[in-house]
Amino acid sequence: MGKSKKTLTDTALLLTITILTFVVMYACAMIFLGQSFLTFNGFFDMLNNKSTLLIVSCGLSIVMISGGIDISVGGVIALVGMCCAIYLKDFGGNPYTAILIALGIGIAFGIVQGFIVAYLGIQPFIVTLAGMFFARGMTTIISSDHLNVSDVESFKKIFEAKIIIPGLGFVNNNGVYVDAFLKIGVVVSLLIVVLLFFMLKYTKVGRNLYAVGGNAQSALMLGINVTRTRFYSHLMCSTLAGIAGYIYFITFGSGSGDNALGYEMDAIASSIIGGTLLTGGVGNIFGTMFGVFSLHTIQTIVASAGLGDPWWTGITRASMLCLFLVIQSVILAVRKHAKA
Amino acid sequence: MKSAKATLLKIVSNQMFIPIVAILILTIVNLIGDPSFFAISYGENSEGAWLFSGNPVNIIDNGTSLAMLAIGMTLVTAASGGQDISVGAAMAIAAGVIIKMVSGELTVSSDYASPLIVALLVALLASMLCGLFNGVLVSFLKIQPMVATLVLYTAGRSIAGWITGNLSYKFSAPSFKAFGHTLPGIPIPTPIIISVVCFILIALVLKFTTLGLYVQSVGINENSARLNGLNPIAIKLASYVILGVCVCVAGFVTVTRTGTFISSTFAKDIEMDAILAVALGGNALSGGKFNIASSVIGAYVIQYLKTTLNAFGVEAVALPAYKALVIIALVIISSPSAREWFVNKWRMIMPKSKNTAKEVA
Repeated sequence: MGKSKKTLTDTALLLTITILTFVVMYACAMIFLGQSFLTFNGFFDMLNNKSTLLIVSCGLSIVMISGGIDISVGGVIALVGMCCAIYLKDFGGNPYTAILIALGIGIAFGIVQGFIVAYLGIQPFIVTLAGMFFARGMTTIISSDHLNVSDVESFKKIFEAKIIIPGLGFVNNNGVYVDAFLKIGVVVSLLIVVLLFFMLKYTKVGRNLYAVGGNAQSALMLGINVTRTRFYSHLMCSTLAGIAGYIYFITFGSGSGDNALGYEMDAIASSIIGGTLLTGGVGNIFGTMFGVFSLHTIQTIVASAGLGDPWWTGITRASMLCLFLVIQSVILAVRKHAKA
Repeated sequence: MKSAKATLLKIVSNQMFIPIVAILILTIVNLIGDPSFFAISYGENSEGAWLFSGNPVNIIDNGTSLAMLAIGMTLVTAASGGQDISVGAAMAIAAGVIIKMVSGELTVSSDYASPLIVALLVALLASMLCGLFNGVLVSFLKIQPMVATLVLYTAGRSIAGWITGNLSYKFSAPSFKAFGHTLPGIPIPTPIIISVVCFILIALVLKFTTLGLYVQSVGINENSARLNGLNPIAIKLASYVILGVCVCVAGFVTVTRTGTFISSTFAKDIEMDAILAVALGGNALSGGKFNIASSVIGAYVIQYLKTTLNAFGVEAVALPAYKALVIIALVIISSPSAREWFVNKWRMIMPKSKNTAKEVA
């Protein structure tokens, strides 16, 4: 405030790097590759496909900021999808009340995992690993089939719902105008991003998360209830995973044990690219959002640059993650050195 | 009676307590369910070789690759305070190299395109490079191990796919399969022999070198280890390279057992089991003190659990759910707060006998 020399916090610095990289990457893709990058449809496709990942990544960012980890999210998404599919197909349920199932599963996972991690003091990795095994196993126990519900009448309305943005479409090669549209999931996920941003920045719970993740000992000295904060972080993450499960369900319209395979690692990677540190105390929800976008963009770039072989995707994503890790690590080391 | 309480505390707080209790519980469950679970027979198999068979042999046989990974994972966990989640992917790379080199251009063959020992050495080199890569990220760049190894976790299977051209391989030379099954004339499955050799090796290394001590001191406090003249970077690197060697052995055993290779499914999710083995062995996942024997027993507990669930007719796809319940039960029993609770309960039940013991004395 009074200081003339304004220094960026670690969080802000990492966020800047992420956003800059994404913008540069997207701009390069627009210039050199063109194609889908030049239309709004390409951008909206990314939003439509990645809204689930965006929500779980936000959840993981919260847990990571508080110094924990949650790898059960992919399993929770699959379990929610399967339960909703069974509910619609075999019980003739209403797709809107299925939201309650999704929330219920998410909150139940959050309470159990949060309790074991925070109050019994067991490493979050092991607890959520068990959570992942349990969720995936339960999904296949419920049904080992791939249930497609997109033909259920009551579900069609919500499955096919689109928000058409006028004027942003494009005319394709055949001269047909294609509308630019967003799915419901996108609105929900963006809403969640904004809500969580304010929650982390301005509410007591949000600030406690940073304090606990930064240094649990000093947070305790300051009178913060560390165990309860940890509990909340897991509760929020699993609830978000439940919501993400519902969004996944209404976006893809299926329930299967293989749904959202590897989402936990994708979400962790997105959070890291977005500048969240696994050690806790540093991170930003908007960074996470750009992390998700960057990861998707690099994939699209690789695909449209003609590297069609399936192994290129994994290798480029890993290189990108590696690059970010190295940049972050070097910058943090330099700053630490400068401070000392 | 005081000594009894002290003994109990000592037993309960021993690192081996959880894995051994787990083995006992599983054994009791099996004895009640079906005592013939433990039958070991000596007979001729379908290929005409005399060997021991039965569930106990199978457990030790099938648990080999997990036990190998547990050795390396314990060292990595102890030294760097984090886990390597790329071991499954690295195993896929090692096995991919082996099968690609022995089969050459053919996807289905039984003639060696290049000698097995060369293939094994190249695979060893590849998996040690993987370990080195992870080690450099962790030690030089000071990235948290789980995040650093996430890179190879993402890329590993793609690299294995690139090596093998995303094809599925089948190699069926008898001398190749012998390593995963039985060597002629020896009635014990070869993986058991390989694992025993590895255990002896690692025990000798820990006994006659300072590796264990160094790893432990770096894990407990890196700064004070440095001030005492140790080089934490080198020690962390060494632990990751050793894990690389373990990964190669595990990959070799697994690929010779099946004789087939598909990069996307080979040794899938084994990294989670390996970390679990370390945790079940009572090692702190945050690093520091470690006990490799305990982790290895933890690995066999996981295999024991799988075989038991199989024997009880649980389908393979439903296995994870039951595994999760057992894991949660085990870690809750072993949590510090639960242990305190047990000891307090013991105190509440036993105070009278304590007094009488004093009077007698």
